[in-house]
Amino acid sequence: MRRAARRRTFPGKRVSVLPILERKLLRDLRQLAGQALAIVLVVACAVATAVMSFGVLRSLDAARAQYYERCRFADVFVSLQRAPEAAGEAIRRLPGVAGVDTRLVADVAVGVPGTEEPIAARVLSWPERGEPEVNAIVLRRGRFVRADAPEVIVNESFAEAHGLGPGDRLDMVLGGRKREMAIVGLALSPEYVYALGPGMLSPDERRFAILWTGRRVLEAALGVSGEFNDLALRLNESASVEGVARQVEAALEPYGAVEAHGRERQPSDAFLSAMLHQIAGVGRIAPAIFLVVAAFLVHSVLVRLVDTQRQHIGVLKALGIGDVRIAWHYLELALVLGVLGIAVGLAAGTILGHGLTRLYAQFLHFPFLSFEHDPPSVVAACAISIVAMATGAARGVRAVSRLAPAAALAAPVPPGYRRTWLDRLLLRGPARGATRMVLRHLGRFPLRAALTVAGLALAVALQIAMLFSFDALDRMLGFHARAEARDFAVWFPRPLPASAAAEVARWPGVLKAEGWRALPAKLGSGGHAREVNVTGLSQSAMLRTLLDADLAPVPVPRQGLALAGKLASLLKVGVGDRVTLQPIGSRIQADLPVARIVEEYIGLDAYMDLDALNALAGGEPAISGADLAVDPRQRGEFLRSLKDNGAIAGVSERSAVLASFRGTMLRTLTLIVSFFVAFAGLTAFGVAFSSARITLSEREREFATLGALGFSAAEIGRILWFETALLLVVALAPGCLLGWGLAWVIVQRLDTELYRVPLVVSANTVGLAVFVLVTAALLSTWSVARHIGRMNLPAVLNARQ
Amino acid sequence: MRGEKTHSVRALERTYRTGADEVRALRGVDLDLCSGEIVALLGPSGSGKSTLLNLLGGLDRPDAGEIRFQGEELTRFDDRALARYRRRHVGFVFQAYNLIPSLTARENVELACDGAERPIGAADALGLVGLSARMDHFPGQLSGGEQQRAAVARAIAKRPELLLCDEPTGAVDRHAGVQVLEVIERCSLELGAATVLVTHNVAIAAMADRVLGLTDGRIAEARRNAPRRKATDLSW
Repeated sequence: MRRAARRRTFPGKRVSVLPILERKLLRDLRQLAGQALAIVLVVACAVATAVMSFGVLRSLDAARAQYYERCRFADVFVSLQRAPEAAGEAIRRLPGVAGVDTRLVADVAVGVPGTEEPIAARVLSWPERGEPEVNAIVLRRGRFVRADAPEVIVNESFAEAHGLGPGDRLDMVLGGRKREMAIVGLALSPEYVYALGPGMLSPDERRFAILWTGRRVLEAALGVSGEFNDLALRLNESASVEGVARQVEAALEPYGAVEAHGRERQPSDAFLSAMLHQIAGVGRIAPAIFLVVAAFLVHSVLVRLVDTQRQHIGVLKALGIGDVRIAWHYLELALVLGVLGIAVGLAAGTILGHGLTRLYAQFLHFPFLSFEHDPPSVVAACAISIVAMATGAARGVRAVSRLAPAAALAAPVPPGYRRTWLDRLLLRGPARGATRMVLRHLGRFPLRAALTVAGLALAVALQIAMLFSFDALDRMLGFHARAEARDFAVWFPRPLPASAAAEVARWPGVLKAEGWRALPAKLGSGGHAREVNVTGLSQSAMLRTLLDADLAPVPVPRQGLALAGKLASLLKVGVGDRVTLQPIGSRIQADLPVARIVEEYIGLDAYMDLDALNALAGGEPAISGADLAVDPRQRGEFLRSLKDNGAIAGVSERSAVLASFRGTMLRTLTLIVSFFVAFAGLTAFGVAFSSARITLSEREREFATLGALGFSAAEIGRILWFETALLLVVALAPGCLLGWGLAWVIVQRLDTELYRVPLVVSANTVGLAVFVLVTAALLSTWSVARHIGRMNLPAVLNARQ
Repeated sequence: MRGEKTHSVRALERTYRTGADEVRALRGVDLDLCSGEIVALLGPSGSGKSTLLNLLGGLDRPDAGEIRFQGEELTRFDDRALARYRRRHVGFVFQAYNLIPSLTARENVELACDGAERPIGAADALGLVGLSARMDHFPGQLSGGEQQRAAVARAIAKRPELLLCDEPTGAVDRHAGVQVLEVIERCSLELGAATVLVTHNVAIAAMADRVLGLTDGRIAEARRNAPRRKATDLSW
C-alpha cells in the first residue's frame, strides 16, 4: 500500500511523487524568499553565537589547562611577611602536597630606555638550581638567569611593548638602590595570563612588568637570607585544597597571620574563570532567545502557508498521498530552513570565534591560543535548532494532518469577527476604518500578535542587555574620576616615616602630596575571612575620596573601617557590625566596627583613618605611598626625577590607567556588543518582516478592495505601518523591562571578588536600542508595503476565494 | 441628468503578456455610457467582459485607445489620479463581494464614503438595500445574498456616476440573486448612475436597457431591450 502510494503508475509509465513534492518545496521557498531568509538569518544568529561562545570557551579552557599542566601551576597560594625556609620544608611534608615553591616577591620600579616614567614591576626570585617546582615559566627567547648575576627574565608582552629583547638592559630600583640588569630571556607565566599591576584597572603591557631574577640577587637586595615571603603549592589529585590551605595557615601561624587560598582567588586565574563563566552564560542565553524567535517565525509562516494551500493539500489527499507524507513535506520546509541557518551559522560562528579569540589573545598571554570548535556544543546547537524548527512547525504540520480532504477542497470559511473587548475599550467613539481594521485584526489573532510583540520585545531586550556595558563602563570611569583627584600615585618598597610625605611634596613638579598606608591584613567575621589591603587615609585627604553607592563623597571614618560593598557581603557584615583585623605577619588582632560601606568596582578594599591604622600596626607612624597632584607643565621633569629616585617601588598615572582601562574595555565591548546589536537588529527585522508579510498575504484581497474603492497605495500601506507601529509600541515597555532584567542577570554573573559591574541603563542606551528596533521594523515593513503598489487589483479581486 | 453621456470609449485594446504568450483580451472596443442606463456585457468566458469592466473602472490600463470621463482622458491618469477617480466616481460590485471581514456592514459602507463629495450615508445606503436591521453585523454573520447587498450599498453610497457589477449573482442562489439585481436596478434608477453589468447569463441581460455581446475581445452585437424586463421578473 505504501509502495503504491509512493509510485503512482500510469499505463506504461512509472511516476514518483517524491521529486515533485520536493520541487514544490523549492518553489514554495522561492515564493517565501523574504521570510525564509529572515528565518535562516535568525537561526544563523543562534548557531553562530553558540559556536563562537562555546568554541572560544573551549579554546581558552583548553589553553589554560594545557598551560597549567605544563607549568605545574599551583593549587594553593600564600603571601606572607616572612618565614624561614624550614617552614616551607615542613609544609612540603603535609599530606596531599605534591610540590612546593618558596620564593621572594617584591614590587619594584624599573626604568626602560626611551620611557619617561619608571614602570611598576613585580620581581620574583628564580631558584638557585633548575626551574621552579611549581609555577614554572615558558621561556620564549633567551635563557634562564644565573643564581647571582644581575640578570632578569622579562615577561614577553612587556618586552614586546617596549621593543626589548635578550641583550638589552633595564634599571631596577631594588632595596633602595638602582641596579642595571641584563635581560637574558623573555617568558610567559601561568600566574600572569591576565597581568594586572598595582593600581591598575586593566592589563597594560607597557606599564607593568614581571621579572624573574636570581634568588641570591633578590635576597641581597632585600636584606634577607634563608627566608621567603611567597609560597605556592601543587597538590595531589585527591587532596582537598581547602583542607591543605587550612593546614598551611596553621603551619605558618607562628610567623603572623596568613591566608592561604586556592586558584579561585589567584588574580589571573580568577579573572580567567570569571570571563569563561561570562562567555558560557552568553553562549546559553543568547542562542535560546534567537531560537525562540526563529520558532515563532516558522510557526507564523507555516500556519499561513498551510492556510493558503488548503486546497492544494486537499488535492494531494484526494490523489491518495498520505497524511504523513504531506505533513512531512511541510515539516521539511521548516527543517530545510533550519539546515540552511545552521550552515550559515556554523560559518559565521567560526569566523567570529577566530576573531574573538584573536582579540582575547591581545591581553591574555598564553603560549598558544587558537580557536577550536567544541564539537558537543556544535552538535547540540544544530540539534536544538532543528528541534526549534520542528516545534515551530508543529501546529502547521498538525493542521495538515488533521485536514479532511473534503474540507480542504471546499472554500475556506473567512475569519469570523465579532465585537470584543477591543471594541468596548478602544473603538467606542468615531474611528477611521483603517484603525478598526488593524485593531480588530490584531484582536482576532491575539496569540500571533502576542508572539510578534514578544519577538520585538526580545530584540530590544537583547540590545539593552548588551549596550548597557557601555553605560557600566562610563559609570566605572566616572567613579574613578570622582574618587581620585590625584595625578599620580607612588608607593615605596617598604613603609617610610610619615614625614616622608613632606619630602615627596618637594619633588619637582609636585603641587600636593598626601601620604597613605596600605597594610595587608586578614579581616574576619563569624567564620568568614579575607586577606585584603587595608588603606589608611588622612582625614584631610583630598586627592582620594571615598564614595557611597550614589557616588557621593563620604569622609574617612575616624573610628572603625569603611568596607567595599562586596567585601562586606563576603564577610556578611553591615554598618555597625564588628570585624577582626589581623595584619599579615603579625599576631596583633583588633576588633573594629564597620563604620561605612563604600562603593568599589575593583578588588576588595577596606579603609580607615591613617593615624588609627598606624596605631594599630604599631611602631612609628608610616606611609606606604603617596597620592600626588603634579603641575602638568612639569610632568616630564617630575617623571624624570622619579626614574632616578631610588625611594619608590612604583608609580601609576591616573590618566594613563583610565585611558588603558577605557581602551581595553572599549576594544572588547565594541566587538562583542556590535555582534549582538546586529543580531538583535536582524531578529527585529525578521519578526517585523514576517508579521507584515503575513498580514499582506492574509489581507491581500482586503487591500485590493480598498484599492478598488479608491484608496491609494500609500493610504493602504498605512494600514501595514499602523499595525507595525502598534505592535512596536506595545513591545517597547516590556522589551525595556526585560532588557533591564537581562542586564541584571549579567551583572549578577559578573559579580566576583575581582570586580563588579554596576547596573546602569542610560536613556541613551534605551534610545539606541529602540532606534535600532524601530529602524529594523520600519525597513522591513517598507519592503513589504511597496508590494501594495504593484498589486494586480483585478487578479486579486477576482481570484476564487 | 438621465441620458447624459458619462463615458466615451474609443478603439480600446488590452493584451496580456505572460512570457512569450499573448492574450488579446480587447481588440478595439467602442462604446458610450449614459447616466441612468443599465448596460449588460454579455459573452462567454474569455470574451473580454471583465477586462472592459476593469478598464472602465480604472483598475487596469489599456494598451491602446482612450476612455473619456467628463471630458478627461482616463488613459492618461497616473495611479493616484486613477485612485481618486475610483474613489469619487466609481462603485464596484464583485462576484466575491469583497467586503472587509473585520468591518461591519455599516463600517464597510462608511469606508467607501470616505473622500466622497456628497455621500448618501451608510445607514441610508444600507436601508436602500434592505439591510437596516443587519448593518452592525460583520460579513461573516451575513448570508451570501446579504453580503452582496451590503456590497451594493457600499458601491452606491458615494453616489457614483458609474456602477460596475461583475457577475453580481455568481456566488448566490437564484432567490438572493434576484434580490441583488433588484437592488442594483433600483439604485441605478434612483441615483442615475451609468450601470454596467457583466454576466454570461442571457436571462439576466434582459434587465438591461442595452446589451453588448462580446466575442473574442470585440463587441459583436449591440441591441436594446425594449422594453427591458424588471429584475423581479427575471428567471433562470
